[in-house]
This record gives sequence, structure tokens and C-alpha cells, in this order.
Amino acid sequence: MKVLTPTVLTYLKVVILVAVVPAVVGFVIVLAERRLMGFMQARLGPNRVGPKGLLQGVADLLKLVTKEDITPARAEKAVHFLAPVLAVVPALTALAVIPFGPAVRIGRIRTPLWVADINVGLLFLLAITSIGVYGIILGGWASNNKYSLIGGLRSAAQLVSYEVPMGLALVSVLIMTRSLSMVEIVLRQERLGLWFVFPGLLAFFLYFVSGVAETNRNPFDLPEAESELVSGFNTEYSGVKFAFFFLGEYAAMIVISCVAVTVFFGGWLPPFPNVPALDFLGVVPPFGWFLIKTGFFIFCYIWFRSTFPRYRFDQLMALGWKWMIPLALANIVIVALAVLLTPGRSDGMFVLSYIFGGLFVLMFLLAKLRRKLARRERLAAVPASAPEAT
Amino acid sequence: MSDDRPLSEADKALATQTAEELRAAALAAAESLPVDVHPPTLFDVQEMELNFGPQHPSTHGVLRLVIRVDGERILHTLPDVGYLHRGTEKLFETETYPMGIPHTDRLDYVAAATNNHAYCLTIEKLLAVEIPRRAQLIRVILDELQRLSSHLVWLGTSGIDLGAVTPFWYAFREREQILDFFEEYCGARLTLNCMRIGGLPFDITAGWVERLMEFVDDLPSRIDDYEQLLTDNRIWKKRTVGIGVISGEECIEWGVTGPVLRASGVEWDLRRAQPYECYDELDFAIPTRVNGDTYDRYIVRVQEMRQSVRILRQCLERLPLPPGEFRGKVPRVIKPVAEEVYASIESPKGELGFYCVSNGTNRPYRMHVRPPSFINLQALPRLAKGHLVSDLVALIGTIDIVLGEVDR
Repeated sequence: MKVLTPTVLTYLKVVILVAVVPAVVGFVIVLAERRLMGFMQARLGPNRVGPKGLLQGVADLLKLVTKEDITPARAEKAVHFLAPVLAVVPALTALAVIPFGPAVRIGRIRTPLWVADINVGLLFLLAITSIGVYGIILGGWASNNKYSLIGGLRSAAQLVSYEVPMGLALVSVLIMTRSLSMVEIVLRQERLGLWFVFPGLLAFFLYFVSGVAETNRNPFDLPEAESELVSGFNTEYSGVKFAFFFLGEYAAMIVISCVAVTVFFGGWLPPFPNVPALDFLGVVPPFGWFLIKTGFFIFCYIWFRSTFPRYRFDQLMALGWKWMIPLALANIVIVALAVLLTPGRSDGMFVLSYIFGGLFVLMFLLAKLRRKLARRERLAAVPASAPEAT
Repeated sequence: MSDDRPLSEADKALATQTAEELRAAALAAAESLPVDVHPPTLFDVQEMELNFGPQHPSTHGVLRLVIRVDGERILHTLPDVGYLHRGTEKLFETETYPMGIPHTDRLDYVAAATNNHAYCLTIEKLLAVEIPRRAQLIRVILDELQRLSSHLVWLGTSGIDLGAVTPFWYAFREREQILDFFEEYCGARLTLNCMRIGGLPFDITAGWVERLMEFVDDLPSRIDDYEQLLTDNRIWKKRTVGIGVISGEECIEWGVTGPVLRASGVEWDLRRAQPYECYDELDFAIPTRVNGDTYDRYIVRVQEMRQSVRILRQCLERLPLPPGEFRGKVPRVIKPVAEEVYASIESPKGELGFYCVSNGTNRPYRMHVRPPSFINLQALPRLAKGHLVSDLVALIGTIDIVLGEVDR
């Protein structure tokens, strides 16, 4: 078994990632999205191709691959070709630093379930995912179409704005981990016996909302707002190039979900790893836990899509700059103070967890009350019957 | 009827020019324009002309808008209508009075019953016929079902325009049931042709009434479902509150009617203001709001759906069960006296009227339609000015236009 040196194993893992992720996107996520949305929208969704519609992904893929690949006249040919590639490659590259699970043993080989554990993992992630923006901007610009251009420019502004709260939200977690390595972040959560989502509840919300905005999904899907921009940046794309944009979007969704799981939800750890009463949760292998959690966030994406209307562009920017960035900055200060001012260092995180948890419940109840009052007021505004009618 | 006014000198000159001469003159005029020595840089205010439609997913058909935008802000909107013009008004002149009814189906094709109703009402006014009470009640039932289905289409599509996909499917689920009721009544789902001059083509069946009653009882909870998704939704409010505000006075100046007018605080509904059929004996409220923005128009339409449920319930209760007369005494060949009449009803979109000039033959001399969509659409440039391109989509949705009616 001298062939399978660590280097060879790493290459092998890269190949698996590049081959598996597109397949997962095609077969599982797209199908799940369409079936789930169907379920939420009182309809069936695709159920004709293969048993229960399971082969819908194959049909979609065949359709996209066999379609004519059109490059509009007067488009920037090279850039038009390059843009979809730029949308996919960074998203797939980002997966390299995601720890999917601890070391596993297959026969006599023992290997961790990550491609690379680099000491600047999180920074690398933020850097490499930002490159994906270029795909969309350049695609919109190179198409020589006004609607595409507006879509591309919208995404430029949107993605740049939302990277700021996203990065700031992650900074507050870094204060607690004191490490940028993705593996170290998970191990730290194991040692503490606490997922960072509890002390970092606010950070998590900020991160995930920015993440949804980063991936151009509802309610932030402005660059491709169908009803306004007729698909925006990808209007002039067809065939394989369009499939690449599609793949890029879904791969980015996976990356955002994986990072959320790793940083905030303990990666491959089962819930509350330090509570002995919950030891039975160990029957699910660590990789299983990772998949379950990631799947949940992907479900959230789909859920949002079928629930929310779309923000308007200026409102989106206002939300990012006027709410999320100040909140993220305040959050950093709060977390830093909590960590520094408590003697045991980790005690502060527990205090924070209680505070954030309490605030969350309070806000939830208040929102419910407000909704109820608004409804009552609205119903009172309509006269029950016309005064002159008898 | 010839126009005997003398031609002005300019008109005469224009009329005698050939196409080549005109083109040459236009070219010469274009060349004499001053050339800008400083081409605009990136940082200058750059106006862009954006062609919106006729093939655009949210123009609800073949509406074309030419908008001038500064960035994404709309400076000017020019609706360019006529892509669906079929000469319906002229068609009426070529056919006998009863033959005109199917043409009205194709005006506002998501609300055919109200079109039929307005047309029949006009001819009935011309003939001065009495409509049996049973027919009146059934007509009101069909009208209100149509109002519900039209509002459901509006709700679904304008939700999609703003990115909310799910209400569409819920709304169309109920609309489908309404279409089933229509199909059972007259065999058609969209182009109903479900009224006749003097009454109705068919009587309703007993089971139909019971099933409709069940559906009507179920409807309020369904409307709650739509409201659950939208009414208190923060993003929905952000997209609609304060968008396209128009005051009641302005609405009246523009001739805007229907829910758009009522959302601006004017309590004007032809079912109450000029009662036709048996609306005067029914108990229903006219929902109004004061702000006149897109959100209020949404609320008004949703509340109108609830009022339609009330009207339907009352009509179904009043319907005398033993089958009775459902067509008034109308001569076999309809030849009204030479007269001019106008009759209008409250269609889901506003005041739908027909103006008929009769010359004593069996065909109208002239028929004019007062289409609410067309007249409400004229307020769009006023509503859209200063808003963003994204709002334009919301505003086209909130006026609730159907291009079949706009272009006729």
C-alpha cells in the first residue's frame, strides 16, 4: 500500500470532490428543491422521470448539454466563455478546506475527511468565494444586453456589500476560537462542549442572511430577478455555459451551508457532545451529522425561496449597510468583551449564550404579538356591513 | 360623416410629400443637430432608454413600455399599446346583437362573465326588457365568481412579479375550482359566453348550488392563507407601502376606477352607486383605504374577495330553488329603435361600460367599449415617475391590466 501516500490520497479526494459535488447538485439538491417547493406550493413537482422522479437530474443535464450553445453577436467572446467557469471553480475550490468529518479508517488506510487543513482556512474561504462574483459581473457585461448588464452590476454591488457583514460575523467567532483553521474551529467546539451558534447567535443570523445574499437566492435574488430583468446576468447564456452558472450557484449554496455547519454548528459533532445522556446520538457517524446539518441549511434555502418576496435593490443595500454591518460590528464588541472580561475565558461564552437565547425568545414573542395586533387592526378597519344596506 | 374642416398649409405640404422626401428631410434635421464635443464619461448622469416588453415576463401580456432611466430610477414611462389590437369594436358593427357576446369574452379574458354582463346590460337597456329575478341572481353569482377568479389571478401574478412564488399556486388552486364551476355551468372555462340578451343561456343545476355553497364556505380560510403569506410580510410591505401613491382627486381626474380608486379613499363602486340587477338588496361593504399605494390596493382587493364571498352566500340563499324563468321576453330578431345608450358595471378592474349607437337595424351602428384596464393604465406613467425599475413591475401588477381589454 505504498501507492497511497498522503499526497496521492489528497489528489484522490480532490477528484472525488470535483466529481461528487456536481453529481450531488444535479441529482439531490435540484430534485429536492423542485419536489419540496412543489410540496410547499400545493403541487407535485417533477415525478415522471425515473422512479418518483429521481432521474430528473439526468434529464435536466441532458437537456442542458444538448442545447445549442449561443454566443450573442457583438458579445465579448472570450469573457463570455470565461464567466461561467469563474462562477464554478471558486465554489468548488472552497470545498477543499471544509472538514467533512474526522479521520476515518478504510482498510489499512487512515485519512481525515478533508482535503487540506490550512492554518488560514476561513480566510482562504472568504477570499476564494469572492472570486465567484467575477463570474456573474463579467457574464452580465460580456453578454452585450442591457438587462444582463443591470443584473451583473446589481450583483457586483450586492455581493461586495454582503461580504462585509459576512466577514465581520465570522470575526466574532474567531475571537472565540482564536484560530482560522476550520478543523481547529470544530475541535474547539468539541472541547468547549458548546456549538458556537449559541454564543454567536447574532453572528450566525448575520452570517446566514449574508450567505443567502452572497449566493443570489431568494429573497436576495436580484441579479437574476426574473420578473424584472428576465433572468439578469444569465439571460444570454444557454447550454453548458448556463449549466455552469447553475452549478456555480448551487455549489456556492453548499459552501455557505458547510461553513455555517462547521463554524456555528459544530461540524461533524453530534448535538451537545458533552452530555452523556445524549451518547446514543453517536450511532450516526460524524460524516452523517455533517450531512444532516448541511442538508438542513440547504432546506432553509429552499424554504426561503418559496416563502419570501424579493427585496428591492436599494432596500437590499440599505439592509446590508444600515443594519447588518453595524450589528455585526456591535456583535464583535459584545463577544470580545464577554470573552475578555470573564476570568475563565470560556465562561463568557456561556453567559452570552443565555443572553442571546433569551433575547431571541423575547423577539420571537414580540413579533408574534405585533402580527396579531396588526391583523386585529386591519379587520376592525373594514365595516362589517354597509350602513345603508338592509 | 366627412370632416369638412379646411386643411392647414402645413398639413397640405405634409400630405403632398413623398416618403423619400420625408426621409431626406428627417436625415437633414438629424445631421444639423449639434455634435457633443465632450462625450459623456462614466460619472455623468447617463440616461438610458430601456425597452420593457412586449416580450417581458411581467408586463402581463404584450404591453410595451419605453422607459427612460437614470441608473435604475425611472424618469419617463411611455406605454405603447396595441400589440393585441383585434378591432373588436369594429367587429361589433358587422354582426347582429347576440353575435357580439362572444367577442366580449375576448376583451378582459380573465373576467369574461362581467364583460358578457356589461354588453348584455347595454343591449337590454336599449330594448328596455325586464330580467327575471332568477336570472338576476344567477348573473350576480357569475359576476362575483368572476370577480374572485380575476382577483385571484391578479394576486398570484403580482406576487410573482415581486418574487413571491407560492401565493400564485394557492390562488390558482382556488381559481381552478371556480373555472370548474363555470365549466359545469356553460361548458367553457375562460371564454364563457355565459349570458344572453334578456337573461341567461342555461339554468343552473341543483348540485351546482350545493357544491358552490361548500366552496364559498371554504373560501375565507383560503383567503386567510394568502394573507398569511403576504399581508404582514416585512418584505412584501417594503415593496408595496408607499409605492405608486395616487390621491383620490387625481384618480378621478385620470378616470381611474375600481380597486385603484377605492384604495385612494373614494368610496365609488357601481354596484352601490348605480345598482344593477339585484345588488341594491344585497348586504355588502365597499372596502376602501386612504393611502392609495400599492399595499392599499392589495388590501382592498383581498377585502373585496371577502365581500364577494358574502354576496355569493346571500345570492345562493335567496335563489328560489324550483327552476323558474331565466330569460326575459326578448324578440327573436333583435332590432332596437335608433338610440344611443351607455351602460356600465363594476368589473373586477373598474368601470366596464359599453356605449352603443343603434340605427334601427339588427346590428349596432357603433359600439364603444370603456375598458377599465386601458383607462387605468394611463395613470401608469404618473405612478411610475421617480420610482425604480423594480417598482415598475409592482405597479404594472397593481393596476391589474389585461391586454385583451387594453388593446381590444
